[in-house]
Amino acid sequence: MAFLFLLVQLSLLASNMAHSKGVYQTAPDFLAENFQPSIPQVSSLWLTPELKSTASTILDRKVRGIRIRYWKEGEKTAWIMEEIGKELPITIGVVISGINEDSHIEQVKILAFRESRGWEVRYPAFTAQYQNVKITTPNHKLDQHIDGITGATLSVRAVTKVARLALFFHQQVYDQQALHKQATTLNTDQPKL
Amino acid sequence: MYKKILTTAIALSAVTTAQAAPSLDDMWELIQKQQAEIAQLKTQLTTTEQRVTETEVKTEATFAAVEEVTAGPVAKLADWADKTTIGGYGEMHYNNLTSDNSSDSKEEFDLHRFVLFFGHQFNDDLRFFSELEVEHNVAGEGKNGEVEIEQAYIEWDYAESHRAKAGVFLIPVGIINETHEPETFYGVERNPVEKTIIPATWWEGGAMLSGEIAQGFSYDAGIHSGLFIDPDADDDPLTSGKSKIRDGRQKVSEAEGDDLAYTARIKYTGMPGLELAATLQHQNDIWQGESFAGEDGADANLFELHAVYNKGPLGVRALFAHWDIDDVIENVKAGADEQEGFYVEPSYRINEKLGFFARFSEWDNQAGDSSDTEKQQYDIGFNYWLHENVVLKADYRHDNNEGDSEEFRGFNLGVGWSF
Repeated sequence: MAFLFLLVQLSLLASNMAHSKGVYQTAPDFLAENFQPSIPQVSSLWLTPELKSTASTILDRKVRGIRIRYWKEGEKTAWIMEEIGKELPITIGVVISGINEDSHIEQVKILAFRESRGWEVRYPAFTAQYQNVKITTPNHKLDQHIDGITGATLSVRAVTKVARLALFFHQQVYDQQALHKQATTLNTDQPKL
Repeated sequence: MYKKILTTAIALSAVTTAQAAPSLDDMWELIQKQQAEIAQLKTQLTTTEQRVTETEVKTEATFAAVEEVTAGPVAKLADWADKTTIGGYGEMHYNNLTSDNSSDSKEEFDLHRFVLFFGHQFNDDLRFFSELEVEHNVAGEGKNGEVEIEQAYIEWDYAESHRAKAGVFLIPVGIINETHEPETFYGVERNPVEKTIIPATWWEGGAMLSGEIAQGFSYDAGIHSGLFIDPDADDDPLTSGKSKIRDGRQKVSEAEGDDLAYTARIKYTGMPGLELAATLQHQNDIWQGESFAGEDGADANLFELHAVYNKGPLGVRALFAHWDIDDVIENVKAGADEQEGFYVEPSYRINEKLGFFARFSEWDNQAGDSSDTEKQQYDIGFNYWLHENVVLKADYRHDNNEGDSEEFRGFNLGVGWSF
């Protein structure tokens, strides 16, 4: 019994040294870190049946909802999404920049982790692997290998899926913007009667 | 002159007035048009009002339906379902093995494991987890199989990075003891070193603390029921009983609890793809108070060390385990006071779906004397993942245990899944 008591005391002391579970960074702080000097207005990407279908393939589960919110400035977008690792959702922030073939991940950050296993995905040594990664077409797979973490397979899969989805959504935002611009140009170029 | 100007002004004014004033017909036509527009607008307004009323009715009905769903039994069921998880895994094997040293052979189909997980999250910090397993498909009197509860515990996050569990749990030792879903390892059958020496799958009843002590470093430490390697299994004082570590698993089934065991593990997973871990365990008495040949008190210590490293397509697993048991066990079996083994398993993943492996295993349950009792096994094969959670496996096995009837060679096929 004394053995257990000693362990409890030691682990309580150690609890000030590491935080495997909890909120590591709030969404406003994450956005402020990535958008200087001010955070842009939140925008919405409406989930059409086609977008939902591709998103469902990427996440390997049915995607619900009618829109996904994001923040955009120039060629940079930020996405904050939740995906379940084993049982509870992981809150993941992803920043993408570049257009078309240049679209790549600038940063992946774990904002909140709620499960008691797999917390290693929050380490910068793990998330740094996603920097400059792009997605392939038409499979929407990452173009670089991500080394996993033994015993945290489900958390790693969740982060990778969200990274792929953010890259796909980013491309959709700029594709829709290009289509809109094209349509406006066509209307403007029409001769006036 | 002034008169002329005045006359001209009056005339111009009359012309202007005559041009601005519409005729009665024009006025009538204008009024008719306006009346028609008013009538059209009134119709549109009526239609709009009807639509607004319909929308209000629809909105009210929608609110009512949403309220009904969010507050009703379906929502309560969904809330419960959100907190309750069901999962599982299974594997079926086909073994085609023959022995050079005996007529023993294994040509069989076996639903080796069928497992269901049930878990429930009481709140953010308190959860229940369980694992119910059926081995070899049919259990019962005279049957090959067993029904086992391998895990059933309550886990409590008592501090931000630390948790405690109580109940039946897997011992934190080795590579496959805690993570053994079929798609997570190579080979149809689990490796013989962890099975024979550790002995996986190994679960006990007790209490354990786990957590993170620094970035990348985690620990587990617990007190739990111990092994019972019955030295006099047949109650005949003239014949000896069991001596192998694997024979000591009591599976928390009315387990002898005279003497406890203590386990501690430290693990490093701070670098992607790398796991380094070491486990120490002390068993107070693996005879659980029994005596044999006038001796009693067989304490034992386990030391296990392993490394897993995956970098890109390359992977390697290596494990060493050593038991140091009190000399009194030599009364049961010579050399059984030392039991140890190791294996090395390099692998290469060609793509997302296909990976190859080779494994060399060596172990000895009587390593404490000079007699040649060690066993060796070579395996080579591949995994083909149909899905990240569904795998097909094939391997070739070659034993090198001269003089042992269990020297097999042949191939194994398997299919495994988890969800």
